[in-house]
Amino acid sequence: MSRATLLVLADGRFPAGGHAHSGGAEAAVAAGRIKDAAGLEAFCRGRLHTSGLVAAALAATAALGVDPLLLDDAADARTPSAALRTVARKLGRQMMRAARSTWPSPELDALAAVRPKGAHQPVVLGLAARSAGLGPEDAAHVAVYEAVSGPATAVVRLLSLDPFDATRVLARLAPELDRVAADAVAAARRVPDHGVDALPAASAPLLDIGAEAHAGWAVRLFAS
Amino acid sequence: MSSAVRVSVDEPGAVGAPGAGGAVASGGRDSSVDSGIRAVARIRAEVDARGVSRLPVLEGEGPLAVRRVRSSGQEARVALVGAMSAPLGGDRLTVEATAGVGARLDIGSSAATIALPGQSERPARYDVRLSVAEDAELRWLPEQLISAYGSSLRMTTRAELAPGARLLLREEQVLGRAGEEPGALTSRLTVRCDGRTLLDQELSCGPGAPGGWDGPAALAGHRALGQLVVVHPELAHSPAEPRMLGEHAALTPLAGPGLLVTAVAADALLLRRVLDEAVRLVAW
Amino acid sequence: MHLDHSHDGPAAVSADAVRPDGRRRALRIGLGGPVGSGKTATVAALCRTLRDELSLAVVTNDIYTREDAAFLLREAVLPPERITAVETGACPHTAIRDDISANLEAVEDLEDEVGPLDLVLVESGGDNLTATFSRGLVDAQVFVIDVAGGDDIPRKGGPGVTTADLLVINKTDLAPYVGSDLQRMERDAKEQRAELPVVLQSLRSEHGVTDVATWVRERLAAWTAA
Repeated sequence: MSRATLLVLADGRFPAGGHAHSGGAEAAVAAGRIKDAAGLEAFCRGRLHTSGLVAAALAATAALGVDPLLLDDAADARTPSAALRTVARKLGRQMMRAARSTWPSPELDALAAVRPKGAHQPVVLGLAARSAGLGPEDAAHVAVYEAVSGPATAVVRLLSLDPFDATRVLARLAPELDRVAADAVAAARRVPDHGVDALPAASAPLLDIGAEAHAGWAVRLFAS
Repeated sequence: MSSAVRVSVDEPGAVGAPGAGGAVASGGRDSSVDSGIRAVARIRAEVDARGVSRLPVLEGEGPLAVRRVRSSGQEARVALVGAMSAPLGGDRLTVEATAGVGARLDIGSSAATIALPGQSERPARYDVRLSVAEDAELRWLPEQLISAYGSSLRMTTRAELAPGARLLLREEQVLGRAGEEPGALTSRLTVRCDGRTLLDQELSCGPGAPGGWDGPAALAGHRALGQLVVVHPELAHSPAEPRMLGEHAALTPLAGPGLLVTAVAADALLLRRVLDEAVRLVAW
Repeated sequence: MHLDHSHDGPAAVSADAVRPDGRRRALRIGLGGPVGSGKTATVAALCRTLRDELSLAVVTNDIYTREDAAFLLREAVLPPERITAVETGACPHTAIRDDISANLEAVEDLEDEVGPLDLVLVESGGDNLTATFSRGLVDAQVFVIDVAGGDDIPRKGGPGVTTADLLVINKTDLAPYVGSDLQRMERDAKEQRAELPVVLQSLRSEHGVTDVATWVRERLAAWTAA
């Protein structure tokens, strides 16, 4: 693998739409559940071990070359919130566009053709990593990092949080990100033998509930 | 695998608390053996020639006692009445319930189930296997699962539905008895419909759960959470409209013929209030 | 990054002139400028002027609401299915410049759902003087400033004022009330922009959006002929 290629894919400026999303942080801030850097850290930790783990496992499995449509169904079943499914497909479509421009591949083309309105973002991310010559560990790392960096960036804007505090939160979480990515890859490697049921299904109730509430707001800074 | 009686805990209202502490009876837990009880309950409903659902199989075992309940309609009704408190650490409980083609089966429980610490270091397992055949209907509406301090339980609920099957399923988890820290609880809920997984979600909380389980993304201090799942063929072509049920509960259509209500609340009572409202909204 | 890819599938195009089905896509014109300068009012006026002669649609980029889209809907300048709102996550310039994926999808969906289209207007969220559209998103861009924002804005320049394909100095009717010197604004603007055109407009006057509409028609003629 190329470490620099991984940085290109993981860069927050990779043009795949992430900047417009808070990963549920906007709803949590509005409900008073995130008030400061400590709240951000607890939020990120919860997201990392639930939807972050699931996303990383899906991405790692896609990077291994498992049928992305099976994974797309598995992602649907693991995303009970309709609002979050819509977001995941929207971001998947944006990731698909960026990936096909950056690392074109027949596998990306094939998935784009059958899911023109977007497959779940982690699945596309994993396939993008594969097209870029990266492996499941890389895909999982990008997914877990996205799971926490999105909310951190958003909370800097939402609470005018000191950006150094937010970055320290990410740095403190780094060892946990590595562990979750490793767990995700281990789960991904079980899929060829045991099917997609081997993928984690960790959920966070308030992420789902908050996403549904947020989708109904008339005034908001972030799309999710 | 034989039935067992165990010394009760002083837990009014708990499933199977038999009153004053009794002695360990024959076939019961031997405290010198570090292994829990294995018990299986089997329930099967079949529809007869007159369209009435019967219960050709109704077997309980150990802490999983089952009772037929008088039914006012054509459905078969069953209550899990629990002959002792369970599950304790190391126990392995299984409930298998099947609604045969066209049958209507309604299963509830007489009281909350309390996961308690046991002699065994191993976590308890509680597996619920629901199977709903074509044109059959299953209502699985047990009372709460309470995760008591010091307990460790791994619960799985798996529902398999044939095409045209209907399901109303409620699960409620209460973290700790009043004023008590919760035990370790992992609960996975999987609903499969016509061979496809409609819902797969797992919740872990309490000691040893991955970080952040009680934080702002997950429970944020709420001590009761619940899910209500409805599967109905009509939801395939007219999906439910997403809606909030108060501040901490949401109804959302699933990616298929179902819907899910997810709720968190400060306590079991408040949670039930929200889910009761949800049942009124969504039950067919 | 939008030049070297194939056309054999959906959702591949960026600034390409040809849609995946081989048809030439609609001309895309971006309208940017500071908050309150009259972008939405200009878009509304353009829609009213051009809707009978062209098949057109609008993408709005609101900052924290869907208000601009709601305004256009309320004013009924176009049928609702021809107006799409993109959410920008507190960063309107990112959505039109650094990460244009959501806007590209909005434009493509409009072409798929209500096309064929001649023209898509992409309105940015109100931002600062540095916000410009990516060439990967639009074929030409209009920068709208107004006299009430201070008559030194053209002199100060910035990417929007100096490089936009058309600069609109809006609300000229307000100049006497806010003490802005129109001649000075026009002179400064022309100095900053060399050959690039400048339009002074008041949407309240009878002339209204005529000059901008004329410029749009010229761009469209050039696009169609290319």
